[in-house]
Amino acid sequence: MLTKGKIDRKDLFWLGLLAVFAAIPVTPWFNHSSFAQHVLIQVFLYSSMAQAWNILGGYCGQVSFGHSVFFGIGAYGAGMAVVKFGLIPWPGILAGAVIAAVVAVAISYPCFKLKGHYFAIATFAIVEIFNRLFMVWYWVGGAIGLDYGFTQPGWKNFVWYQSKVGYFYGVLLLFMLVFGIVRWIERHRFGFYLRAVREGQETAESLGVNSTRVKLSAMALSAFLAALCGAFFAQYNYRVDPPMVMSLDMSMKFVLITILGGLGTFYGPLLGAALLIPLQEYTRAYLGGIGGGVDLIIFGLLIVIVVVYQPKGIMGILDRILNGIRRSRSGEGGK
Amino acid sequence: MALLEVRNLTMKFGSLVACNDVSFDVEKGSVVGLIGPNGAGKTTLFNCVSGFYKPTSGKLIFDGRDVTNLPAYEVARLGAVRTFQVVRPLKEMTVMDNVLVGAFLRGADADTAHKVAEECLSLCRLEDKSHNLAGGLPIGYKKRLEMARALATGPNLLMLDEAMAGLTSTEIKEALEIIKGLRERGITLLVVEHIMEAIMSVADMVVVLDGGVKIAEGTPREIVEDEKVITAYLGAKFTERLKRSGEVTRND
Repeated sequence: MLTKGKIDRKDLFWLGLLAVFAAIPVTPWFNHSSFAQHVLIQVFLYSSMAQAWNILGGYCGQVSFGHSVFFGIGAYGAGMAVVKFGLIPWPGILAGAVIAAVVAVAISYPCFKLKGHYFAIATFAIVEIFNRLFMVWYWVGGAIGLDYGFTQPGWKNFVWYQSKVGYFYGVLLLFMLVFGIVRWIERHRFGFYLRAVREGQETAESLGVNSTRVKLSAMALSAFLAALCGAFFAQYNYRVDPPMVMSLDMSMKFVLITILGGLGTFYGPLLGAALLIPLQEYTRAYLGGIGGGVDLIIFGLLIVIVVVYQPKGIMGILDRILNGIRRSRSGEGGK
Repeated sequence: MALLEVRNLTMKFGSLVACNDVSFDVEKGSVVGLIGPNGAGKTTLFNCVSGFYKPTSGKLIFDGRDVTNLPAYEVARLGAVRTFQVVRPLKEMTVMDNVLVGAFLRGADADTAHKVAEECLSLCRLEDKSHNLAGGLPIGYKKRLEMARALATGPNLLMLDEAMAGLTSTEIKEALEIIKGLRERGITLLVVEHIMEAIMSVADMVVVLDGGVKIAEGTPREIVEDEKVITAYLGAKFTERLKRSGEVTRND
């Protein structure tokens, strides 16, 4: 578990998985339909978002409904750089992420004085505040938002028009960054402190853990990574406006994908997104005509079923199955 | 100079005075027992010393530093670490991970922390449970986990809040062995305990609280003969039994 500098079987599995993901665009299936490419990119984007949220909500146990704010700040960072300042998006992406982290610390410092559910409720209000603020803030485009003009496609401007392969590798890099950071955290002191604060703040403090600092660090990191995801989202859609990014809907996606996949687990956010996003995109494509929100109804039902059956989400179900197989094997070995 | 100096410590909750002008010293390398009937203010005193409560008045000096108003995590970093009377395992973490949280206090290096944790687990006889989830342990193990976790922080002063309450007599014997082992390693102990036979056999000094006030302080032998302590807490019959059983003769 704590094998520093050595590569164990879990690492190999992870690296193998990344290699498979990286090879997807060369398969004929990828070029078969651009909608499938879109769905795939969304899966990686949303699993990165959920993993960023998971640092704070899953590992540290502080449920935030405010992550769409940080996501939005990141999206606006990229959007402002491109649309307002006529620059390449990269400095805006970095600035947006830093600003998101600073805003996150500033708003969560008072909120962390509230415990458990009250913290979650306070973060609800923040989404509404930021949504309204950006709606009337004309310097950042107000309700109309920011629309990207046509620029030279490629990595420099981080936009592509003809093919989605660039976006695919872009989101894969983001995915590797976010998941890589969480993987590092899991094995280091910070990860142990995160979980200790989740399991018992006073106990953690009795062991010398400054719980406020741990929570604020988790919040800052989580917001920083959520903002990077937001920047990708703006680049991918060539535009950003307040309801697109800073909404409770968007906030709920961070939370629900993680819960569905498994709170505080490494693969949970990926599994949650891999199940939910195709479901969402295909129901929207096929049932969209019936009226908005069918995808959310199905999503809601899924959450209810999973949480009632196995509160640890898909990871919990997988664990149970794997343990069952292991037990039956060792049982046979005994005979 | 004593490792811990408690000076005129008073803790009030509204009009209730839980601790009233309590003073005593804990010498380096000693085992000090803190006893008294229910509601005497033992746990309150513990919470003050460990930084969980801010005392209404009075002073706490640990290792030459005023720690009266320091938060709990600072007190722990200075080396005064406590366990909880009502056990608080980090439930969804394994026993090993629980102890690692403590072990990480003295450095971020995972290999070192791992070594320290393993040592503390074996010292508290938990090595075969190290991969179990802490929330599922039986109470005796949970009590020992509290100890192992606190121990892993490398404390100078270990404060055990009723580490033996609710244990079977075999488990108590095991716990006593562990405590004796800690003392041999040079760790100073402040122990709240109700089980008199247990505390009398390990303590160098005993402080007796009743109704928030210190009513006696002395060696175990002096304490069992103290009139005030007998009336307030031990009772005459019990004192006889203790003396006959010879548990208090260790300091002779």
